[in-house]
Amino acid sequence: MASIHQRDLLLTGFVWSAAALVIGSFLWLLSDMLLQGAGQLSWDFLTAETENAGRAGGIAPVLVSTLLILAVAILVAGPIGLATAVLLSEFIAKDNRIARAIGMSIDVLAGVPSIVFGLFGMAFFSAYLGLGFSILAGGLTLACMVLPILIRTIEEGLSAVPDEWRKGAAVLGMSRLSALFYILLPAAAPALAAGLMLGIGRAMAETAALIFTSGYVDRMPSSLHDSGRALAVHIYDLSMNVAGGDANAYASALVLVIMLIIINNIALMLANSLLQKRISLA
Amino acid sequence: MSRSHVNKSHADDILRIALMSAAVLAVGVLLLILLFLVRESWPALQRIGLYRFVSDAGWHPLEGAFNLAPMLIATFAAALGAILIAGPIGIASAVFGRFYAPPVIAETFRRMVALLAGIPSVVFGLWGLTVLVPIIAKWQPPGASLLAGMLILAFMVLPTVALTADAALKAVPKQYLHGANALGISQAGLIFNVAIPAARSGLIGGILLATARALGETMAVLMVAGNVVQVPNSLFDPVRVLTANIALEMAYATTEHRSALFVSGLALMLLVVGLAAMAGKLGGRLHG
Amino acid sequence: MTQIKQTPTHCCSEVNNSNAYTLGPIEAGPPCCEPDPAIRVQNLTLSYGGQSALDNVSLDIYRGCITALIGPSGCGKTSFLSSINRLTDLIPNCTVTGKVEIENTDIHAADMDVQALRRRVGMIFQKPNPFPLSIRRNIQMPLREHGVKDRALLETKLQTALQDVGLWDEVKDRLDSSALSLSGGQQQRLCIARALALQPEILLMDEPCSALDPLSSAVVEDLILSLSGRYTVVIVTHNLAQARRIANYAGFFWAKERTGKLVEFGRCQQIFESPAHELTAAYVSGARG
Repeated sequence: MASIHQRDLLLTGFVWSAAALVIGSFLWLLSDMLLQGAGQLSWDFLTAETENAGRAGGIAPVLVSTLLILAVAILVAGPIGLATAVLLSEFIAKDNRIARAIGMSIDVLAGVPSIVFGLFGMAFFSAYLGLGFSILAGGLTLACMVLPILIRTIEEGLSAVPDEWRKGAAVLGMSRLSALFYILLPAAAPALAAGLMLGIGRAMAETAALIFTSGYVDRMPSSLHDSGRALAVHIYDLSMNVAGGDANAYASALVLVIMLIIINNIALMLANSLLQKRISLA
Repeated sequence: MSRSHVNKSHADDILRIALMSAAVLAVGVLLLILLFLVRESWPALQRIGLYRFVSDAGWHPLEGAFNLAPMLIATFAAALGAILIAGPIGIASAVFGRFYAPPVIAETFRRMVALLAGIPSVVFGLWGLTVLVPIIAKWQPPGASLLAGMLILAFMVLPTVALTADAALKAVPKQYLHGANALGISQAGLIFNVAIPAARSGLIGGILLATARALGETMAVLMVAGNVVQVPNSLFDPVRVLTANIALEMAYATTEHRSALFVSGLALMLLVVGLAAMAGKLGGRLHG
Repeated sequence: MTQIKQTPTHCCSEVNNSNAYTLGPIEAGPPCCEPDPAIRVQNLTLSYGGQSALDNVSLDIYRGCITALIGPSGCGKTSFLSSINRLTDLIPNCTVTGKVEIENTDIHAADMDVQALRRRVGMIFQKPNPFPLSIRRNIQMPLREHGVKDRALLETKLQTALQDVGLWDEVKDRLDSSALSLSGGQQQRLCIARALALQPEILLMDEPCSALDPLSSAVVEDLILSLSGRYTVVIVTHNLAQARRIANYAGFFWAKERTGKLVEFGRCQQIFESPAHELTAAYVSGARG
């Protein structure tokens, strides 16, 4: 058996090499993305039509489709998520049976694999509701997917609002609706925005749920009923199905990752600003 | 005599009803998903039956053979391999951040891991396909293989393990650690005998969550694992996992074939949701 | 059951006694008027999910007087206050039985308009809780909620309320800055102004000075004293000296096995100088609690 000292050394070695491995792989991934993608990246790449199945041209239609899909997803999931979060944090007690049932189904929903969302979206939105391959169908599928993230972050934000304000509003004879709109929601606004950002990030990274719902078409969409290719789907298609598409795939991946980093940082900043507000109040 | 207090405000009543309907919608999504998966799976479950999904001559859906077993095995093999790699490394990197790294490095390291967690699976897939697969191919062709799938999945779920383990280690009460330090226990002793046991349920929860993600992941594996329907004989054989099968064949599947794909989706969902629920019970939930 | 010594009538019986309202140098509390009950509490029992917090409390609270509720922590004083404006509704699993009548209306009746009730019964908490809004909005938003829409009227009410609490001169130049930028004492006075703006009949105060520094505390205490006569004030306080200084009546609560009971209620002077119950005597002399 190794002595205590040797065991310490072994563990130290293992921990440092694990960290080095993680850092190394990260840098490797990052450098490949930059090396292979940055060269293609230009203003033209962002604003030009897609040509030759993506081998040439830019990603303008893909960006537009992505934004439309995101807009549908957030416009649908936002209000539902906000309302559910308000119900859970303001109107029913945490240990209430209904609250637990809702909470559990939200957590289950959060665990559903994205390909299953894709199957569901195809069967329900595309086939059953007759939306076909469309931006609308893709957006609605993503709305279902981001719902749990929205609900949980907004709920957390609201529960960080000090109880004194709820009591203060109540003892002044204010309705809960007014308390919510004039005091609680404004106070939790950074959390609402952070939740929204995280939802957008999750939706933007999604591929599998979109392949059978919003589809592959890389033309500029003219309505929400058109099929539209999301950025993530574009990367998949370029790398798997288009010979010679790797360079543009990397450039698109770089665009996607940069957008995600920006969104995540905004979310983080918003969450921190809420935290600071809380500290200054305490 | 107990009273029920009725709030007379109509605005509040309307608000309550509106909120309730939104919550019903949110819960309804899950029920709709289950309903439609079952509805679409039903023809296959009835006409093919569960047994044939593991006993048919192979996966030749156009000829009426629906054996999912090779893909099930590939799915489990890829997820297991990924967890065997990502588990220890992920926990070790959390230990690094909490016990070994100087504060500045620890903070930067955590940010890096969080960034890694946000990288879309399709980007991992792209990188695996263009960098990792050629490297494996030089060594053991064709390259696109179970091993590539395992490695990419490991890379992908590593942040999940690391972040949940970090949260679990952070939650270990400080006095345990101070107590152990005061007794003059070695660093390794402190970590193995105090910190890890105290954080055990969070660590296991994180591993389960990562397993669920690995089993449910589609794009990354689809892009690197080669997609041949077979029971792998070695790490270098190309395989097709369940999720990839759905993504690859759904575009043209009809009738029983389509229904059979929904059966595999339903099975996948039950499996992954079950694991995620277990993880949630153990406290390995990732926020955001 | 604890014997309740309720001696409200002695106030009147002593009206003819010329010395009855000479409260002495420490007891600067204003002389009491006719003991005319504004709130009648009968057999009030309150429990949180089976654990009873307040057992069978009966007392009258007199109009225009300051009534102090004293006793150690956890003896049900705050629960008692919360049942007067039905703040108990906000607490899940809280059951209230018995009767609380304000102007002969049972406020725990099912058809009570709770929002209207809370406009009539204001409440101030231990920790000042101005909303994260401007000073102006803090006072005007509740007014708008209760139907005051006229801008000129809103401005007048804002000024009156702030003048009532002596805050006008301090904040008149920064009415639109955040209420959270005020000092603790100013915040508490703003909260009182916010409640006063709604022209309530009753003010409930839950240890309104205990989170403030001594100087702010003195300012708020003087303010409370100046409210007597115009408002019926019920104040929970742990500061016995403060209760003696400002209250006309005092009720002493004591908890047995976590269930609070009203041990004794009477004129403030009587409670402090000649308590009828030995627990009261021990508490006010500092021997217990």
